[in-house]
Amino acid sequence: MSSLAFVNAQEEGHEGEVPGKHGEKEGFNVGEMIMHHIKDEHGWEFAHGVTLPLPVIIYSQERGLEVFSSSHLANEAVYNGYKQEHGKIHRVNEAGADDHEAKFIDFSITKNVASLLLSAIILLVIFSSVRKGYLENKGKAPKGLQSFLEPIILFVRDEIAKPSIGPKYTKYLPYLLTLFFFILVNNLLGLLPGAANVTGNIAVTLVLSFITFLIVTFSGNKHYWLHILKPTGVPLALLPIMVPVEIVGVFMKPISLMVRLFANITAGHIIILSLLGLLFMANSMAGAGTSLAISPVVIFFSIFLNLIELLVAFLQAFIFTLLTAMYIGSAVEEHHEADHGIGYEGADAH
Amino acid sequence: MDLLTPDIGLLFWQVLVFLILFFILRSFAWKPITDSLHERENNIQSALDLAEKTRVEMTALKADNEKLLAQARSEREAILRGAKETADKMVAEARDKAAVEGQRILAQAREAMQNERQVLVTEMRKEVVTLSLDIAEKVLRKELSDKPAQEKLVSDLVSNARLN
Repeated sequence: MSSLAFVNAQEEGHEGEVPGKHGEKEGFNVGEMIMHHIKDEHGWEFAHGVTLPLPVIIYSQERGLEVFSSSHLANEAVYNGYKQEHGKIHRVNEAGADDHEAKFIDFSITKNVASLLLSAIILLVIFSSVRKGYLENKGKAPKGLQSFLEPIILFVRDEIAKPSIGPKYTKYLPYLLTLFFFILVNNLLGLLPGAANVTGNIAVTLVLSFITFLIVTFSGNKHYWLHILKPTGVPLALLPIMVPVEIVGVFMKPISLMVRLFANITAGHIIILSLLGLLFMANSMAGAGTSLAISPVVIFFSIFLNLIELLVAFLQAFIFTLLTAMYIGSAVEEHHEADHGIGYEGADAH
Repeated sequence: MDLLTPDIGLLFWQVLVFLILFFILRSFAWKPITDSLHERENNIQSALDLAEKTRVEMTALKADNEKLLAQARSEREAILRGAKETADKMVAEARDKAAVEGQRILAQAREAMQNERQVLVTEMRKEVVTLSLDIAEKVLRKELSDKPAQEKLVSDLVSNARLN
């Protein structure tokens, strides 16, 4: 999987840069188009010119809570002293220049937040139906949506939670299931045209990996911490190197989770957008004929990559959940006597 | 680097939405789902266990039945054999007894017949003697009444005696 991420990252750099340079010359900026699509925005633009306005919520100490529709900020208009630039809201002063002094927090329901809420509603609707299935035909064979999701639930339980965490898995299973279905639904929603790029946003993956970090940290038993402070089977001379490595590892694990999901989803979006951008580039550089000529190839690759992305959507949800389960597993694992020896006795003596 | 800097607003909403979703789903969905999955699995397992137990019991029962049947069969054979033996013994005994009785009756009969014959022979002897005596008396009487015949006889006797 890391190799795939690496390839994706390379593609991102390559595809993202080159069209961008050309685009600037020709008046069509592919790089900007791509960034616009993968980043968050105020208001939900389904297609060019078709925008669903969303509430802008701004809190500042001197002005309190301000709520207004994002349609007021469309086309770089100034409203209430706020202006939107590249998807970010800035405070402007009377003269119309950016006011960098002003401190405010933007709690707006952006495109990503709206998509987040939508995914939450979808999950609640799906699982209330599944729950009803379980309550209604108790002890019987599953039916409908229930029978579609049961293998996935069982997969998370039997292939992810049980082998990675061990006998204490029941405590962590609700989190793992929520995590898996949350990432999966948002990955799949992100593949729809005009949809938000929720799991490809670093804030979202940051929160998910931070929760994982908190769970791992707070459920770590003494073996887990002892292993960090005094790794077993390591010569004494190596401890000054190993202990910092282990401590860094504690933080690197969630950071790798955060970056992996973010990079994979964002890179996938960038590749598809770059491919489609090729058409517009060809149009502006060499005319409609060339654009039409390359379109079958571009469409073929776009469909192919979309299918890959569909796979990645499942794969990344699985990997995030699996790694979370493994990190929890390493934190709650009960070591055998032979594994720690002196360290264990030393701990008891305190 | 804009892509890599998390927005505070989105962070806030993500924490809020995800945690609320987690707490709702945990009590509303995951608990009943995993509980009923667990229950169903237990039911299936216990049904399988019961089937296995019943199968073992059936096998044991069948073996028991066969053992009982074999026992009954051997018992029946033993009883039959015993009965046959007893019957044979009884028949043999009866035959022996009958033979002895027969012998005894025969011997008795023979003895009785012997006795009867003895009596008869004695009677007959007596009768024959009596009859002989009567005949002799009558012959003698008649002979003695006929003089010439007497003389002739005497002469015959005398002539015969000479010859001898």
